[in-house]
Amino acid sequence: MAPEDAARSSGLGQRLRMNLAAVYARASVRVKASFRERSWLLGETLFPFLAMSAFVLVYRGLRAPREYEGFVVLGGAMIAYWNNVIWGMASQFFWEREQGQLQLYLITPVSRMSILLGMALGGMAMTTTRAAAILTGGILLFHVSLPLERALPAFGLFLLTLGAAYSLGMILSSLFLLWGREVWHTATILQEPVYLLSGFYFPVSAMGVGIAIVGSILPVTLGLDGIRQVFYGPAAHGLLPVRWIPPIQIALTAIFLFVSAVSLRYMENLGKQEGRLTVRGD
Amino acid sequence: MRALQGVDLEVHRGECFGLLGPNGAGKSTLIKILTTLLLPTSGRALVVGYDVATEPFQVRRRINLVSGGDSSGYGVLTVRETLHLFSQFYGVPGPVARRREEELMEITGLRDKADARLSGLSTGMKQKLNFARGFMSDPEVIFLDEPTLGLDVEASRDVRAFIARWVRERPERTVLLTTHYMMEADELCGRVAIIDHGRILALDTPSALKRTLPEEAAFEFQVSATGQDLEPLLEITGVRSISHHAHPGTGAVELKVVVQEDDVIGEVLGRLKGLDRSVLHLTKMEPTLETVFIHHVGRGLTDEEAGNGA
Repeated sequence: MAPEDAARSSGLGQRLRMNLAAVYARASVRVKASFRERSWLLGETLFPFLAMSAFVLVYRGLRAPREYEGFVVLGGAMIAYWNNVIWGMASQFFWEREQGQLQLYLITPVSRMSILLGMALGGMAMTTTRAAAILTGGILLFHVSLPLERALPAFGLFLLTLGAAYSLGMILSSLFLLWGREVWHTATILQEPVYLLSGFYFPVSAMGVGIAIVGSILPVTLGLDGIRQVFYGPAAHGLLPVRWIPPIQIALTAIFLFVSAVSLRYMENLGKQEGRLTVRGD
Repeated sequence: MRALQGVDLEVHRGECFGLLGPNGAGKSTLIKILTTLLLPTSGRALVVGYDVATEPFQVRRRINLVSGGDSSGYGVLTVRETLHLFSQFYGVPGPVARRREEELMEITGLRDKADARLSGLSTGMKQKLNFARGFMSDPEVIFLDEPTLGLDVEASRDVRAFIARWVRERPERTVLLTTHYMMEADELCGRVAIIDHGRILALDTPSALKRTLPEEAAFEFQVSATGQDLEPLLEITGVRSISHHAHPGTGAVELKVVVQEDDVIGEVLGRLKGLDRSVLHLTKMEPTLETVFIHHVGRGLTDEEAGNGA
C-alpha cells in the first residue's frame, strides 16, 4: 500500500472508513449482478411465489381462517431473507475458495465481517425484490390482509430479526470457511427441517411448546412469530408474548456477533495452520 | 512432510528478489506464509518488520499477491469495476483508485476492455486483469507467484516490462517473484534464491551465481526419442550430471550434459551411439541461470525428478 494510502488506514477512524468502503464495494457487486442478470429475477420471484401459492390454496381448500393465508405470505417473504443468510452470505467463503478468490479477500486488511456484511446487504436487493413480489402477489391475488397501521412495529421487529439472523449467518460462514463442502451438504439436507422448525407456513406453536422453543434458536422463528402477532393478534397463536421478542432478538444479535467474531478468527487460524484456506475442492 | 526446512533469507527493501525452484520445491508455501495465508509450524517470518503470525493486519496493509494462472473478480463486473472493487479493500481513496485503474489498464493493454464484462474476456485478458489488480493498492511489497504462467509470449513480455518499470519507478517498493522461467528471473531480479525440497540451495545475484559454476562445460543435445535408457551416460568419467526431457515440438529428447572438460564430450557421443540414440543437434551452452540451477539441483526445472526414461 502506498504511504498515502497507508497513512489513511492506520487510525481507528481510518480503519472504520476502510471497512465501510469494503462493505459498500462488496455490496455493490451483488446489486449490479442483480440488475444485470435479469434471468435471476424470474427464478427469484415467480417460482417462490408459486410455492407460497400452493400453501395458500391448501389452507383455502381446508377453509382455514383467512389469517392463515397471511401467515403463509409473511413466511414466504421471510424465507427469502433466510435463504440469503445461508446461500447469499454464510456459504460465500466456500464459493470464493472454490473459485480461487478466497485468498484475495484473506490477504486484505479489512475485517471478514465487513466482507460478509457487504455480501448480505448486496444480496438484499434481490431478496427484497423476491419478498416484495410475494407480499404484493399475496395482497393482490389472494387478498391477504396486512393492516397498514401495524406495519411500522412489524417492520421494526423485522429489522431486529434480520440483525439476529445475519449475525447467526456470520457464525455459519466460519464453518463454511473451513469445512465448505461438508457444511454445504449439511445445510442442503437441513433446509426443509429448518423450514419446518421455523414455522414458515404455519404458527410455530402448532408443533408444541418444546419443539417450538428449540426452533427459536433460529431468529427467524421468533421474528416471524412476533410479526404475525403484531398483524393478527391472538389469531396468530403466538409462542411468546410479542413484547418479549425484541429484547430476545437484540440479545441474540449481540451473542451471535460476539461468537461470530471469535469463530471467524478461530476458523481462519485453524485453516492457516492446516493450510486449507487456499485448497480447492475440499 | 516438511514443505520448508531451515529457510533463512532476507529480502531488502527496493529489491526484486527471485525464487527459483521446481514444482513442490516450497516456493508457494513460502509465499503463502509471507502473505499471511499459512502459519509456519516453527520459525519466524517478518514482512516490512511485522510478524506474519502475530501482526497480520500490519502485514496485509502493505502487501498484495498475484498468482499466475488465477483470475479475479466476477463475470458480471467490468474490468474497471473489478479493479475498483479490490482497491476498496485496501482503503484506497476513490480519486486515487480511479487514477490507478486508468494507469494499470493502459499499461496492461486492457484499456479497450475497460467496460467489458469479465465473462466476455479471454483467459489471457483475465490473467492480465488479475495482475493489474495486485498493483491497485500500490503495495510496499508485491508477491508475484508465477505471474506469467499461461500467458502468451507477447503478454508475458508486457508483464515483465511492467514489473521492470514498476521497480525502476518505485525504488522503495519490493518484489518477491517466483518463476519457472530462468530468463524472467535473469531479466528482472537483482538477487535469486534457488530452492528445492524446501531448502535454499544458493542465493546471490544472477551474475554471481553464474560465476560460482565450477570450471565445467555444459552441452545441449537433441537425440532421437527411441533407444536405450540414457542413465549410463553418468558412468562416463568426467560427466557431472545429465538431465533430459522430451522436446515438445519435435518429439526428440532434449539432453543436457555437464562435463568436467570439453574433451569428455567425445566419449559421450560414442556412448550415445552405443545406446542407439542418433544425435540430431549439439550445442555448447553458455552459463545461464538454468545451468546454475542444474548444477545445484541436479536437474532442469522442467525435468522429472529422477529415474525418468526418455
